[in-house]
Amino acid sequence: MEPLSPLRRHTGIAVPLLRNNIDTDAIIPSREMKRVSKHGLGEGLFAAWRYTLPGSREADPAFILNDPAYRGASILLAGANFGCGSSREHAVWALHEYGFRVIIAPSFGSIFYSNCVRNGILPVELDEAAIARLAGAVAGDPAGRPLTVDLEAGQVLDPEGRALGFTINPGHRRMLMEGLDVIGLTLERAADIDAFEQADRQRRPWIYR
Amino acid sequence: MLPVTMASTLLDKLWALHCVADLGDGESLLNIDRVFLHERTGSIALQGLADAGRALRDPGRVFCTMDHIVDTYPGRGDETAMPSGRDFIVATRAAAREAGIRLFDVRDPQQGIVHVISPELGIALPGSTVVCPDSHTCTLGGLGALAWGIGSTEAEHAMATGTLRVRKPRSLRVTFDGELAPGVTAKDMILHLIGREGAGGGAGHAVEFAGNAVRALSVEARMTLCNMAVEFSAFTGFVAPDATAAAYVEGREYAPSGSELALARAHWRELFSDVDARFDRELVIDASAIAPTVTWGTSPEHCLPIGEPVPDPASEADPARREGMRKALGYMGLAPGQQLAGLPIDGAFIGSCTNSRLSDLRAAADFLRGKRVAPGVSAVCVPGSTTVKRAAEAEGIDRVFRDAGFSWREAGCSMCFYAGGETFGAGKRVISSTNRNFEGRQGPGTRTHLASPVTVAASAVAGHITRAERRVEAA
Ligand code: SF4
Repeated sequence: MEPLSPLRRHTGIAVPLLRNNIDTDAIIPSREMKRVSKHGLGEGLFAAWRYTLPGSREADPAFILNDPAYRGASILLAGANFGCGSSREHAVWALHEYGFRVIIAPSFGSIFYSNCVRNGILPVELDEAAIARLAGAVAGDPAGRPLTVDLEAGQVLDPEGRALGFTINPGHRRMLMEGLDVIGLTLERAADIDAFEQADRQRRPWIYR
Repeated sequence: MLPVTMASTLLDKLWALHCVADLGDGESLLNIDRVFLHERTGSIALQGLADAGRALRDPGRVFCTMDHIVDTYPGRGDETAMPSGRDFIVATRAAAREAGIRLFDVRDPQQGIVHVISPELGIALPGSTVVCPDSHTCTLGGLGALAWGIGSTEAEHAMATGTLRVRKPRSLRVTFDGELAPGVTAKDMILHLIGREGAGGGAGHAVEFAGNAVRALSVEARMTLCNMAVEFSAFTGFVAPDATAAAYVEGREYAPSGSELALARAHWRELFSDVDARFDRELVIDASAIAPTVTWGTSPEHCLPIGEPVPDPASEADPARREGMRKALGYMGLAPGQQLAGLPIDGAFIGSCTNSRLSDLRAAADFLRGKRVAPGVSAVCVPGSTTVKRAAEAEGIDRVFRDAGFSWREAGCSMCFYAGGETFGAGKRVISSTNRNFEGRQGPGTRTHLASPVTVAASAVAGHITRAERRVEAA
């Protein structure tokens, strides 16, 4: 695994995409996953909405990511159940390659959520009304009115510097802040795993062959 | 014996059974019995491990199949309709060989859709933990397995360590009381639930499906029910293993046999929720009130009993939901108040890990026998596994499908999703036994209506959306 860039505090342009149930097929259509690779996916991000025709690269001006005001956006404001659907980690790789570091939504698809924290994207859960207010606060001048997300403090700061608290599992926070090698951490528990399997072999021998 | 003494839910028992260590902060290190890969993401995960110089902890507990990208045309090989699909197949084959894991390759007589072959071969078992970089891994809950979808990075973790770090979900019991009406299937049950509670209704929960109507289902139908737990946003879904599940498992290649079988059976008998166990949430559904159900929109929650009109977004109070409905109607080319029954279709698809097992094909064939698909409807049947295909052919089911005008394919995911290969086409309206009706899921602009295999067969014959009986014909 490549080392992840640690994420403690991030300030950036926020772009609202306030639809519920934005699924991972929409984030990265299957047809955009052309190579056996985690790379080269940023272009395919939201391809069905971003481009005028399937397979084309002609920007659809109606789609918000194509609005020059949001160029360079790194914080995505989204609707409920963001990242539901297919488990494809490509969705997270595509968001990351495009430049997103933080996604703020009322709720997330659970596989997507865990893919995010393992790939250096911070998923922040805030309620719908708060997200709508943030979207309103940045509108008009997204570059001049960036948001700041402070993972250490567990806060989102609106353009006026007003703080909105959020909670995140401490393990996930550490993973994001320190860019941990999770497999390495778990392998340190090899003795526990060996002991478990030894006992389990007695209990369920048919699992081990 | 299980290390649980207080009144526990099945989730509690399964969790305790597999817990290697408590990692604090609500996270457990869970032992993982089986990892199943497929050519779409499998080679990335295997390569990731190889690049990091890490070995598989136990290659005997890791399996791989070719299902997602491989063609389903007769006579298929490594070449695919999807541009560059061959690269995935070749890379996966090489990575699987290198890792020393069992691969169900393109021409393997046991090849098939991952969630169809893992129970069929006895790789997934009651009470076992099974993960796969695929969201519909929850299908295996039908057997009483604790099974869920993961990303590729987590698959690397599971293969390297034999474990995963997981937060225990909350428990939700969905009880389907009573008896299903004739012609109503597990597919209608799960669509009904998602329609009622919303596509996000199961978020953060592991769902135990219970009640008379669930007990009465075959293991294959239970797998249909659990398959769509992820469309309900649940962590997973399962049905407590009972005698039906134990009988299903017996005699399968990787399943326990001999003295181990007796031990296993005794173990499985302990896997149920205690009578006085407390769930974090409970839902009760009157199964007898469920009708054949079909989706109208682009989320599985956009569904209704065949015969009811498409809802009006204007009557939806929640603004985000209203916007979702409005967009869905636009994509699907429908208007509020419109009847789905009688709506002409261009395509009919029977297949996918939701509904491509032998019982699904039998049910559809029973309806199709002696009938013809309506002119202008492109109808395709894709068995879930090569084993299912062979069994169906032995019963003459392939003839029934072919005589009716369906094309009869090799096993695989096929048009359940679009990866750049085969599709019914833009603007085409398709009735499909699959699990996702998302925008573009079956191809750019393709309009998918989810339904049971019987409803798909009946609609293919009618040329428009209809339920299998004559009662609610609109057009
Ligand atoms: S059949 Fe469809 S839903 Fe099932 S694993 Fe294949 S692509 Fe996924």
